[in-house]
Formats: sequence, C-alpha cells, structure tokens
Amino acid sequence: MTGGGLAIETRGLTKRFGHHEAVSALDLDVPTGSVFGFLGPNGSGKTTTIRMLLALAAPSTGTISVLGSEMPSRSSDVLPRVGALVEGPGFYPFLSGAANLTRFDAAEPATSTRTRSSRVADALARVGLSAAARKKVGSYSLGMKQRLGIAVALLSPRDLIVLDEPTNGLDPQGTREVRALIRGLNADGTTVLVSSHLLAEIEQLCTHAAVMRTGRLVAQGGLDELRGTTAAFELLTPDAGEAIGVLARHGLEPHVARDAHSGGPSADAARVDADLPSSVRSEDLVAALVAADVRVRGVAVRRPSLEERFVELTGEGFDVER
Amino acid sequence: MSNADAIAATTDGPGVGTPPSRRGRGAGAFLLSELALLFRRRRTWALLGALAAIPVLLAIAVRLSGEGGGPSFVGDIAGNGLFTGFAAITVAVPLFLPLTIGVVAGDSAAGEASLGTLRYLLITPVGRIRLLLVKFAAAAVFCLTAALTVMIVGILIGLALFPIGPVTVLSGTEVPVVEAIGRALLIAVYVAVSLLGLSAIGLFISTLTDVPVGAMAATVVLSITSQILGSLSQLSALHPYLFTTHWFGFGDLLRDPISLTSFGENALLQLVYVVVFGSLAMGRFVTRDILS
Ligand SMILES: Nc1ncnc2c1ncn2[C@@H]1O[C@H](COP(=O)(O)OP(=O)(O)OP(=O)(O)O)[C@@H](O)[C@H]1O
Ligand SMILES: [Mg+2]
Repeated sequence: MTGGGLAIETRGLTKRFGHHEAVSALDLDVPTGSVFGFLGPNGSGKTTTIRMLLALAAPSTGTISVLGSEMPSRSSDVLPRVGALVEGPGFYPFLSGAANLTRFDAAEPATSTRTRSSRVADALARVGLSAAARKKVGSYSLGMKQRLGIAVALLSPRDLIVLDEPTNGLDPQGTREVRALIRGLNADGTTVLVSSHLLAEIEQLCTHAAVMRTGRLVAQGGLDELRGTTAAFELLTPDAGEAIGVLARHGLEPHVARDAHSGGPSADAARVDADLPSSVRSEDLVAALVAADVRVRGVAVRRPSLEERFVELTGEGFDVER
Repeated sequence: MSNADAIAATTDGPGVGTPPSRRGRGAGAFLLSELALLFRRRRTWALLGALAAIPVLLAIAVRLSGEGGGPSFVGDIAGNGLFTGFAAITVAVPLFLPLTIGVVAGDSAAGEASLGTLRYLLITPVGRIRLLLVKFAAAAVFCLTAALTVMIVGILIGLALFPIGPVTVLSGTEVPVVEAIGRALLIAVYVAVSLLGLSAIGLFISTLTDVPVGAMAATVVLSITSQILGSLSQLSALHPYLFTTHWFGFGDLLRDPISLTSFGENALLQLVYVVVFGSLAMGRFVTRDILS
C-alpha cells in the first residue's frame, strides 16, 4: 500500500461542530514520497483535518487511511510512524528543552531507554537548539518554541511528518533551515504534509498541494497542475505591428498591452502580450522575431504564481468567511 | 531506580493488553517520567511544604503556650512528642490533604490539555488508557507522599521539641515507641488509601475540561460536600456509600490488639470508587475529541 501509493487518503471526510461544518466531504490524496502543501485561508479547516488525520478528533462521517491503515481504529500502529506539529507547539514551561523532549520520547511505548539521550540531542541539533537545551522552555522565544516543536516530530525516524504552519514565528534563517530540513527528510523517503499561508514557501518546497476554502477542497494535485500550464509571453518592442504578425503566424493571439505595469515601455516602445501555449518554445519566437527585423528590447515569460492562483480559488476577500 | 521499577511493575498489571515485555518497559519509563514531572514542579513542593507546616505549627503552638487541651491528640503532644504526628494528620484530613490531592488529580488531564502537551502525548502515541493509568498511579504516589509527609514531619518535630515515650493507645494499654512509630506509618498508609477515591474522582473531572483550576476546585468542593453530607444524621442511609465515611476510622489502628476492620472496609470502598470513576474517566477520555 505504501511504496508508490497514497500516504494519506480521505474519502468524504466531514467534521461538524454542532451545526457548523468545519470540514466538508474532503477527498484528500497525499502521494507517498511527496512534499504536500496544505493551503487555505484562516478558518478553512486545515488544523481540524490534521487533528482527524492524527486521531485526535473523530470524523463525523467519512474514512481516513494513513500509511495504508485505517484511522483512528489503527492509530496505535500508525502513530509511531508519524511525527507532527499541530496548531503550535505545546510544552511544560518549567522543564528545559531537553527535558521536554525526553518526556515525549518516554511517552512512546516502543522507544528504547538506552538511546533516549542521544535521540534527544540529535533532534535538538537538527533544529539548531543545542545551545539552549538546558534552558527552561518558559524562557524560550516564540521561534525557539516552534523549533522545539519540530524537534518533537523528529525524535524517531518517521514515514510521515505533518507540520501545521511550521515556520510560524521563525526568523529568516530558521525558515530556511526548516525548508532544508523538510527537503532532507523528503530525500530520505519521508512524506511531508505542510500546512501554511506562505505561498512562496510552499511554491519553493512542495511537489503537490491542496487548497481548502470554508471546509471544502477547491483544488488538489501536482504543483504545475495547480498553477495551470499557460504562461504569458511578453515582448517589449518599437515595432509592435510586425511583432504581432510574426507571433500570430506561430499560433499565438497577441495584443498590445493597454496597461503598462510591467517593463514600463519607453516612449517609443510598446508591450505585446500573448498566452504561450506549451507547444511553442519562447526561443523559437525570439529567433523568428529577430529574423523578421523586429527590434526586441525585452522578452519575459511569466507563469502565474501560486499566489495568484490561490487568490483566484479562495477569493479576494480579507474577512474570514465564517 | 529499583524503587521506581517496583512501582512500575505494580502498575503494569492492568496494562493495555499488549506483549508485556515491550509495553511493560515503556509503561515503567513513562511512569518514571510522570513522577519526575510531578516532583520537579515547584508547585508540588509548595503543597508538600504546606502540609509539613501543619505539624510544625501545631508543635510550636503547644510548646509556646504550654497548655494541653484542644482537639483530639493535640492535648497529648506536650506529654509525648509522638502524638504530634497523630494530631497533625487529624487536622490535615478534612481539608488540607483533600486540597492538595484536588490540585494534583484535577490537574492530571486538564493541565496537559491547557499546556497543549496533551495532543503531543497522544500523537506520540502514549495511548489514552495508558495515560490515564499512569496519571492515576502518580496521583496515588502523591497521596502516599502527602500523608507520610504530615506524619513523618510530625514525629520528627515531636522528637525535637517534646519528650518521647511509650504511647498509651485508645484501649488504655501502652505500646513501645518503635511499635507506635510503626502504627503511625500505618495510619499514614490508611489516610493515603482514603484519598484514592477522591483521586479517581479528580481524574474523572479532569477529563471533562481543559481548565485545570476548574477541575481542582470541583474536586475539593466534592470532598467537602461529601463530609457535610456525612455529618447530617438525616442522611444516615447514604453514609456508608460516601467516600469520606471512613476518613477518620484510622483510630482503630491505635487499639490493642490492633483492629484492621476499618482499614479493610475503607480500602474496599475506595476500590469501588476507583473502579467506578476510573471507568467513567476512561469512557469519557477514550472517545473525546482533543481540540486543545
Ligand atoms: N473546538 C471547536 N469548536 C467549534 N468550532 C471549531 C473548533 N475548532 C475549530 N472550529 C471551527 O472550524 C473551522 C476550521 O478551523 P481550523 O482551525 O481547522 O482552521 P485552519 O484552516 O487551521 O485556520 P488557520 O489558518 O487560522 O489555522 C473554523 O470555522 C473554526 O471556527
Ligand atoms: Mg490552523
């Protein structure tokens, strides 16, 4: 079931709080070996879904399979293979960072007492907290707590790691470290589910993603699928008329851009835009333009960013939708 | 280490039906971790310190005033220091001991929930039943520690401030000092057992809420309510079923020959409370959504 299958599969997953449906009929497919971005505005049901995946909350209806076993009924077999950070870290403030990790490690039935201290030291080192290991967690900064929370997920080797907003409160170095950490884990074969609002982050990191809106899945798949494949071809030239002719002969539908937001055309140059079909290569277009004596001042191929797609899917509105 | 292992071994019994070798070692490690957590908190030491202050204050008051009289045993302190322990535990049983047990038992699940550590323990996965068993075992250890603290500090301060001699027990005969100390420790065990029912009630209340202070207060209020009900003669039909009924029955351990009847009745009653409220706690906790 693992190797090549789905690390997480939910069907019709629904969670109601009273009459309020926090998650509605969710069919999530997280491929084994992927870095999966779990996106959605505030209150869209990401954390609630993650709680159900980890058997912290029971689904109202629907089924969940994690690492090939049904949840929550098989949670005692599945959870030792899963590491997680859910809705921010939680610690005993009166214990040191190392003592906190020791406590969580001791809670796991199958771990060996003999190697405990080395596991704790390794996990602390991986999140860059070795120097603060003996400090009380009560005196940690927000980002230090966040790092320690990630360390909890790394105590034992895992097949699946679930990180709910892992870079919340981290400094730029910390954010980069976490990104590198996730890549490293993934290279070792761990499937990683990351929820985040930071789309640039997800875009750099993830192979797959899903987008939630008010408890419903609005899109899911490989990152390229999600972004859409159509790129925009933008040409800056004083010879707009000839350029349009050349591009049209290559099957594009060019037009002179009305707005001048990118490139800022100089007095005598105009911008010509066209959608770039995947069958046409931009270098061929440039060669053809030059051959036709079109003066090329600038060329850009723009792909829509995940952010544009995200806003398209989840709406422009700033207010939480419910 | 060996001491704690022994404690671990005794709590393995009702474990979670998995191979004892692996799971057993794990349960021991987690119980150790739970006890370390309990006894590394300043709050625990503050509670024990407050309990230790009871015999100290009693002894000093008697010493300074030089007067006899007062509630049971207090009048005997000046004549025999060993009575400080008996007097202190009599003073501590109705309110101070239940207060400290209420704090520890009421905090057990709700405290983890409010810190946010509960979800991480469950993801680890600690096992919900196992977590409750270990929490109860830790509360039981605290009951014993608390009762012994009152008694031992009482004996020590009595030794320091007053003459010591054979104790005249309730039936009028004298028992030698060493045996009297043995009986004093047995009384502490009796009191610890008395508090197990309350611990189970506190554990159950603690699984109902994410607010530890609420669970603590509710537990303490219940212990007081039960004692008030026990003092109303109109409700005498109810009395045998109150968990506080035998709280002052330890006087039987000061008879000659020693009578273990009330010890046995008390232990049985507490066992019933532990089973009932333990089951309620598990029933509630196993199915509960952890949204803290
Ligand atoms: N314990 C609860 N009781 C009632 N409603 C809840 C509870 N927890 C969450 N909800 C509701 O469920 C919905 C989804 O919440 P959830 O925490 O899953 O959102 P999220 O996507 O993680 O948001 P964020 O990005 O802010 O973390 C929200 O409308 C929230 O009000
Ligand atoms: Mg969330």
